[in-house]
Amino acid sequence: MRRFCGILRTTMSRRPSRSSSVLSRSQRGRETRRALIGFLRYVLIRSIAVGITVVVGVYLAIWISNLGGVADQWHKDAISEMVLLGLRGPAYSDLSAEEFRELVDATVEAAYAAHGFDRSFVHRSFQYLAEALSLSFGDTRVGGALGVPMRAGMTGSTEVRDIILEPLPRTVLLFCTATLLSLLLSLFGSLFLTRRYGNLIDRLSTLLIPVFAAPPWLHGVVLIVLFASVLRILPYGGVVDAPPPDGTFAYLLSVLKHMILPVMAWVLATLPMTLYANRAFFLIHSKEDYVELARAKGLRVGRIQRRYLLRPVLPAIITQFTLTLIASWQGAILVETVFGWPGIGSLLYEAVYRNQVPVVIGTVTVFALLLGISVIALDVVYALVDPRVRIGGGRKR
Amino acid sequence: MRAQPKRFLPTVRRYPTIGISLFVICLLVGVSIYTMIRLPLSEALDLWYENPDAWVDTPWCVPPAWTNLFRKADLPETIIVYTGDVEQTTEPVTATTSRETLLLTYDYDFTTLPSEVTFFYQFSYGTKRPQMTITWVRPDGSELELWRNSPRRGSSRLMISDDIDLEELFAVDANGVALDGPYALRISILTFESEGLWIDGRLVVYGGVYGLAGTDGNRRDLMIALLWGTPVALMFGILATIGTTIIGFILAAIGSWFGGWIDATIQRVTEVGMMIPFLPTIMMVGMFYSRNLWVLLGFIIGLNVFTGAVKSYRAMFLQVKSAPYIEAARAYGAGNGRIISRYMIPHVAPVLLPQFVLGVPRFVFLEASLALLGVGPANLITWGNVLADGRNGLYMGFFYWVLEPAFLLVVMGVSFSMLGYALDRVFNPRLRDI
Repeated sequence: MRRFCGILRTTMSRRPSRSSSVLSRSQRGRETRRALIGFLRYVLIRSIAVGITVVVGVYLAIWISNLGGVADQWHKDAISEMVLLGLRGPAYSDLSAEEFRELVDATVEAAYAAHGFDRSFVHRSFQYLAEALSLSFGDTRVGGALGVPMRAGMTGSTEVRDIILEPLPRTVLLFCTATLLSLLLSLFGSLFLTRRYGNLIDRLSTLLIPVFAAPPWLHGVVLIVLFASVLRILPYGGVVDAPPPDGTFAYLLSVLKHMILPVMAWVLATLPMTLYANRAFFLIHSKEDYVELARAKGLRVGRIQRRYLLRPVLPAIITQFTLTLIASWQGAILVETVFGWPGIGSLLYEAVYRNQVPVVIGTVTVFALLLGISVIALDVVYALVDPRVRIGGGRKR
Repeated sequence: MRAQPKRFLPTVRRYPTIGISLFVICLLVGVSIYTMIRLPLSEALDLWYENPDAWVDTPWCVPPAWTNLFRKADLPETIIVYTGDVEQTTEPVTATTSRETLLLTYDYDFTTLPSEVTFFYQFSYGTKRPQMTITWVRPDGSELELWRNSPRRGSSRLMISDDIDLEELFAVDANGVALDGPYALRISILTFESEGLWIDGRLVVYGGVYGLAGTDGNRRDLMIALLWGTPVALMFGILATIGTTIIGFILAAIGSWFGGWIDATIQRVTEVGMMIPFLPTIMMVGMFYSRNLWVLLGFIIGLNVFTGAVKSYRAMFLQVKSAPYIEAARAYGAGNGRIISRYMIPHVAPVLLPQFVLGVPRFVFLEASLALLGVGPANLITWGNVLADGRNGLYMGFFYWVLEPAFLLVVMGVSFSMLGYALDRVFNPRLRDI
């Protein structure tokens, strides 16, 4: 927290850098406090705005999931099927066909009403929205008894919330690793290329960038063919060996081995684009006068790059990083499906196949929340890094 | 603006990638036109989905023939011998009984094994059921009786390689080399009446390679799918890109020109649109609603219009809006529609072109992704379908099945993105020296 305030203070008081030393202790404290309050207000306002858009987005997704009433019809079919199963037995055998049909109709009607089908979809959609946002969809066996019931892989729970939250860490692990690795490589790679601007490596790499224009999952398929099918040195997919090895260290090693191919696919697909963009940013800024001046002063290359190039380009790079992170939540579905990585992406795939509408809507909600959190994080980091972003109460210019 | 066409040609010469990528794109367009003329969509769909009988004589899951170039010993191509092409000899046994013999001979010039051997036949007789013996004759003269029975009327098949190992049929020696030379299948029928016997059959020695693209798990020639995938991919990519860029462009132009609540509405809708997870939503549409091509395209365009692109177009238009020539246009009394269509959009359009070209592969890959997830457009043959099918063959070592559509997807993606990057440099002078 102190470090955070320190960043804030330097960000806030960059322009009058000399005068801050003249200010008294209490004045400086007051300035920091005011900056902190302004910053928090900015974060709060942005969070509320993004939160509202997330809610609207999820609500739209609920409408789309019920396009043409297909999901409703499945739900109703499942309910009437359960009712019919419940009305079997000797107790009903002496009823006439007419009486039995009436009994079935009445019971089905009651069951529909119990599930809220006597109300309009508009009414129910708000109920779904509330359920989606709190992830409290109940049990996959009871509430949305459509298709095959699903279970959380590790605990075996049939609660929708558990089913969705259980694979989430695995997705975060895989894609945060991949995106961070891609960011670091693109940062150092582009600085390296800028230093060697115009020579063979630079030209060759800019020429080769479009060759990697395919999406991560396609890289993944080719990598699987290469490393799993032909060379047989890396696994086809999954998280750990089956059976899982004993001991924490061996377990982690096995997880790492399984992460190599998906991470590689992700980096191969995203790195060239970001490399190209970062290189362009750096080259544009390296023609600025203050960089020329620094060079003329005889500063070392590394120092120039850190102090004079990286700093103005940082906001752009952070934006790009967040955008790739956002893209990764969607790319997760395909990459996880290709590699059989049991994260939230393959969960969505499976849920769609098993017609588990509650799980699907819940997963979509989680995706929307991840998107929203990424956007808020972008705003916060942006405000911290770029002094030009007004953080005095979120006022827009 | 006027001078631009003159300046354009020298710039193209400066960027050879434009020429190369345009050539590849023209090639893909040529393949599409050829395919559409040679094999109309209805025929292709019929052949691909409805007509398994057309693929009885093609081998199951074999790589393309050109892979033999990389092999030490060539894999055989399919050999078919018809009974109609060979002489039927009759040899009387008693007054009423005779032996009819058919010798289906073929030269087998390979030292490797075929994938399967099957004898298909249709059979009919008068009143008394004859007895049939089928014998396998190797080049060295050794024989192997495969089957001896009284067949019923109608069509049936004898799956020779299911009953006896191919190694035994083709006399593979200790070094794993098959015996080459003239093989034969002898069908001898002992008939108890002089008339009514009729047989029509064919021996199919399924090859280890097939055609230019190989076959899939339903014995279908992959070439059909790869050829038809080209126009489908081009059309899908171009239509989706046209839809998203043009609608986004017009929305941004309208918003930035009118401002006020119109602009605010477009901006808020865009922000909500950015928050809807695209792929899960399209998956829901595909699973719960419809997999019709046009419905999917409509949803893809609708969901892709409201993205960050609208925001960046808007920023461009806001810059243009304050330009003096807009003021001049307003001074001579031009209406809103005229200013937007005649002055604002043409001025920003060059920026659109690279974005447009870069958008095409994105949607081509999107279609393949949807096919991979099983929610791609139904009733079409696409590269994505082949790739999704082919993933099942991966574990059995049928790499060609996945790699062929992947290769074509990459070729299309690379050519369009190379063109896009180069055009980006031509139209964005700031990037030209970089």
